[in-house]
Amino acid sequence: MFLNGDRVSYTYNRRTGVEAVKALREVSVRVDRGSFTGLIGPNGCGKTTLLKLLAGVLSPDAGSVSLDGRALATMSKRHVARRIAVVPQETHPAFEYTVLEMALMGRHPHLGAFQLEGPADLAIAREALTATGTSHLAERSYMSLSGGEKQRVVIASALTQSAEVLLLDEPTASLDLGYQLEIGLLLQRLNRERSATLVMATHDLNLAASLCDTLVMMRNGRVIASGNTTEVLTSAMVRQLYDVEADVRVHELAGHLTVVPLARLS
Amino acid sequence: MTTLDSAETDGTPLPRRASHSSIRGRLTATILVFGTLALATCVLAPILGTTPISLRRAFDPSIPFEQNVDAQIFFVARLPRVLAGALVGSALAAAGVVFQAMLRNPLATPFTLGVSAGASLGAMLVIVLGGALTFGPLSTVPAASLAGAAAATAVVYWLATRHGHAISTSVLLLAGVTLNSFLSAIIMFVQYLADFAQVYRAARWIMGDLDIGGYDTLIASLPLVLVAFVLFALLPSSLNLLSVGKDAAAARGVDVSQAQRLAFFSASLATAAAVSLAGPIGFVGIVVPHLVRLMVGVDHRIVLPASALFGAAFLVACDLVARTILAPVEIPVGIVTAMIGGPFFLWLLVHKS
Repeated sequence: MFLNGDRVSYTYNRRTGVEAVKALREVSVRVDRGSFTGLIGPNGCGKTTLLKLLAGVLSPDAGSVSLDGRALATMSKRHVARRIAVVPQETHPAFEYTVLEMALMGRHPHLGAFQLEGPADLAIAREALTATGTSHLAERSYMSLSGGEKQRVVIASALTQSAEVLLLDEPTASLDLGYQLEIGLLLQRLNRERSATLVMATHDLNLAASLCDTLVMMRNGRVIASGNTTEVLTSAMVRQLYDVEADVRVHELAGHLTVVPLARLS
Repeated sequence: MTTLDSAETDGTPLPRRASHSSIRGRLTATILVFGTLALATCVLAPILGTTPISLRRAFDPSIPFEQNVDAQIFFVARLPRVLAGALVGSALAAAGVVFQAMLRNPLATPFTLGVSAGASLGAMLVIVLGGALTFGPLSTVPAASLAGAAAATAVVYWLATRHGHAISTSVLLLAGVTLNSFLSAIIMFVQYLADFAQVYRAARWIMGDLDIGGYDTLIASLPLVLVAFVLFALLPSSLNLLSVGKDAAAARGVDVSQAQRLAFFSASLATAAAVSLAGPIGFVGIVVPHLVRLMVGVDHRIVLPASALFGAAFLVACDLVARTILAPVEIPVGIVTAMIGGPFFLWLLVHKS
């Protein structure tokens, strides 16, 4: 195991107790080095919270997260960020940063308090823009971009972080079919060619089936199943997760499992 | 701001050109240009004024100071005022930048969170109730306004951190805005109880005035501003990430709650020092940062030092206008900054949207 969540629990508003929400209850996940893991489950099941715990952005109330056998809690935030990068669901900067500036912010954990980025950092950022097909946008304002372009720039910014682990929260939500496919191929390339370890939370079961080798199924703040995609993605599991009757079968042309929802059970 | 030309749009990497317009180069150029501007303004402003003075006479050591009218005008009437303008303008503009980034709100000002209202109430109480105390080098009004600013800062901070140790920026904004109007009501009440002379003094204080009449208050405020600026130096790259988003900042290795606290207290300190020295001079803290962003882009590693330098030049220039435009009458500089800043800001809003 490489990135490991060991019986982690997290409750929002725990301090005040007002509207406290138990988001995760004793969740254990194991992410192998070089794997592409999908986190799936219904809205509010704790996927985003789990990603934040795995990234060290939130600290668990109980349990621990470790990377290469070392607890994140014992590492500095900069140090964690050098090894784990996050692509959040949405990014709305308050000012009109250029695409290149957004990408360069990924260098933050690698620079000292008073250190400015040098030519090497710039080269890494430019390479990330090229990898995500956004280098022609480098001097454009991030806020003026389309949804698909923004998402690719945010991924570029995470790549600029030069981390071994990339955690993605619904990277294809709100993207059209073309961009969904493009982002999917980009992630697959990162996983295969750069041997990046990827963890992706998604509602798109077909995307997860096409990209991920491992799936973690969550419901009500707990992991109810995890394992090899072809083994755990079944119609019984879809029923258990979403209360939806679905046809799950290998698509002849696509060559991976596909999920077609048929009816809602309630 | 644009560092690469259109040759870049075909995707060909141009590393040499990119390094030529690196952050280091832009930062050096910005500090040189804005530093020269600030210096030139501060050198010119004491020479200019309603009464023409001879520099040769002012700096002539053979004439006794008591008989040297030029020296008196230069060293007593104008120089402290210009230096105060530079210090206050610099502090307010830099504090504006920090608050805007930290609150993720380009419309925030140094006065948004109630620091200035607290300072004003402190000053009002002393003016009206006629405190006769002095605190070290500070005369009563600046000391009281500093205490008021500190109290307001403490209240807002306490409210925003009650639910856990991280600052909630939305609570901070709401608490600040509410505290502002609450304190304004108390200020009006205090003024209602006062006599005409006191109300006049209070009103003049609130207009903002750099005519501080000597070096003592200036010297007393200087350490506070210096401490704030040393803390500001730690902030810029965290401010970039905080303005993108709390989670984004945390995922890039920023200690969010520590960076927010540092930003909040350093900017409040700079604001409190500026307001206690010269009253709540409006618009500097919002117009200068926006103007600077139009010129140098939005990277806080450049915007923060550029705003500090440009703020100094801006306020000294506004004060020069205030001293001379209706000569022999001098108008409070707060009126000038608002008259220039208000329309300019509206133009900016319309122009940018």
